[in-house]
Amino acid sequence: MDPLITPAEFFLPYEFYPAVLLLCLGALVVYVRGLTRVPGRIGFGRTFSFIFGVVLIYLVMQTRFDYWSQHMFFVHRLQHLILHHLGPFLIAIALPGPVLAAGTPAGVRRVLAAVWRRPPIRHVYAAVQQPAVAGVLFVGLIYLWLFPPVHFYAMLDARLYALMNWSMLVDGLLFWWMIMHGWPGAEHSHRPYAWRILLLFLIALPQIAIGAYIALCGHSLYDVYAVCGRIWPVAPAVDQQTGGLITWIPSAMMSLFGMLVVLRQWLHAEKRLQETMTDDGHVLA
Amino acid sequence: MLLVLALLAACSRQAPWQTRSIDGFMPDLAFHLEDDHGHSVQAGDYAGKVVMLFFGFSHCHDTCPATLGKLSAVLDAIGTPAADARVLFVSIDPRRDTPARLAVYTKAFAPQVIGVTGSRAQLDALSKRYRVAYSYGKNYPHGNYAVYHSSAVFVFDRNGRARLLFQQDDSAEAIRADLDRLLSQSPPA
Repeated sequence: MDPLITPAEFFLPYEFYPAVLLLCLGALVVYVRGLTRVPGRIGFGRTFSFIFGVVLIYLVMQTRFDYWSQHMFFVHRLQHLILHHLGPFLIAIALPGPVLAAGTPAGVRRVLAAVWRRPPIRHVYAAVQQPAVAGVLFVGLIYLWLFPPVHFYAMLDARLYALMNWSMLVDGLLFWWMIMHGWPGAEHSHRPYAWRILLLFLIALPQIAIGAYIALCGHSLYDVYAVCGRIWPVAPAVDQQTGGLITWIPSAMMSLFGMLVVLRQWLHAEKRLQETMTDDGHVLA
Repeated sequence: MLLVLALLAACSRQAPWQTRSIDGFMPDLAFHLEDDHGHSVQAGDYAGKVVMLFFGFSHCHDTCPATLGKLSAVLDAIGTPAADARVLFVSIDPRRDTPARLAVYTKAFAPQVIGVTGSRAQLDALSKRYRVAYSYGKNYPHGNYAVYHSSAVFVFDRNGRARLLFQQDDSAEAIRADLDRLLSQSPPA
């Protein structure tokens, strides 16, 4: 136990990743800069959601929380819930694209746009953002890192551990961005709303299955925590059950929240469409 | 195609280890600590030896004496070749485990068992390197407190490379077979 942990000890990173600091700080600076430049007003809710998402991601990767995550299974599951679900979800529902674009210095924006136009990058992005591919990637990564032999070495090897957390964060951002914005090539169609809701439902099922299995299987799956030493006197079975429950319930709940947000987007889009139509169903030019 | 088959054959001839291999997953042996005579020690002092690194504390009732007892019995059974093995018992309870106390404690086990400890900073550096945690229970620092620690033994070959992990449920036979094999591998050129 860390009975007397000072704020300084809590906020200093256990494993310092300069890239996390740069990315989070950069995102906040660009966003705040963008708020003053973007035409129209961005509501407080959207701003708060974006900043909260970025801060959460930073906190779970660059504070004492990361140390706890390495030594308690249930804290590790909480860390991934934030990296793969909640943090990217909060960022994506803020629809921060225009604000970030407005906040990026013109020179940097030109370079990024040039990189973005390169066919390999565009094609890879379009491919991983296809709903089926994105869904398989999202669930596949959860299964991969929770597969006991892989999990063992990921917790033992600092490089694999970093790769695991980065892969969850990047995939989380890609996935929730696609859910909230649609995928390349589908911007002008209405059907994607239903597909996104269906996808959210489908990805919840395997997460419920693996979470329930971890929580209820009744035998120890992850002995790496005994090898490396737990930091709190929590029974290994309780640690595993709690971790399983976190993988099972809040993760599936995120699908539900996602569905509600997409449904709301859908209704707004329908309403906009209604408003631009005449009584006999013709779209006004 | 033939090359691939030859490679596969070469790989399969090597029997798997009976305990868990961590080859390539953990950094080489490196530390700065104090031994049970109060002398400062570092990894270089054990060059050419097969080193087993184990974290614990002398007031421990179960894991530590059981593990050190098992390793001692294995070393004893291996006999002469085991002269090149060392068990570094790293006490993560330096408040109670003075060098003198560690010297008395390790006497109960095989002569290859060496008690080492250090400052909190030294211990933190070593435990971070091998990604192990330790923490103190109720009543710390006064009274009879428990220490939570890692339960595994990290095994390094003669070159200081991390090779194996002995876990609590590994049998003495499995540990003996793997230790024998590691000891028979040639020392550094």
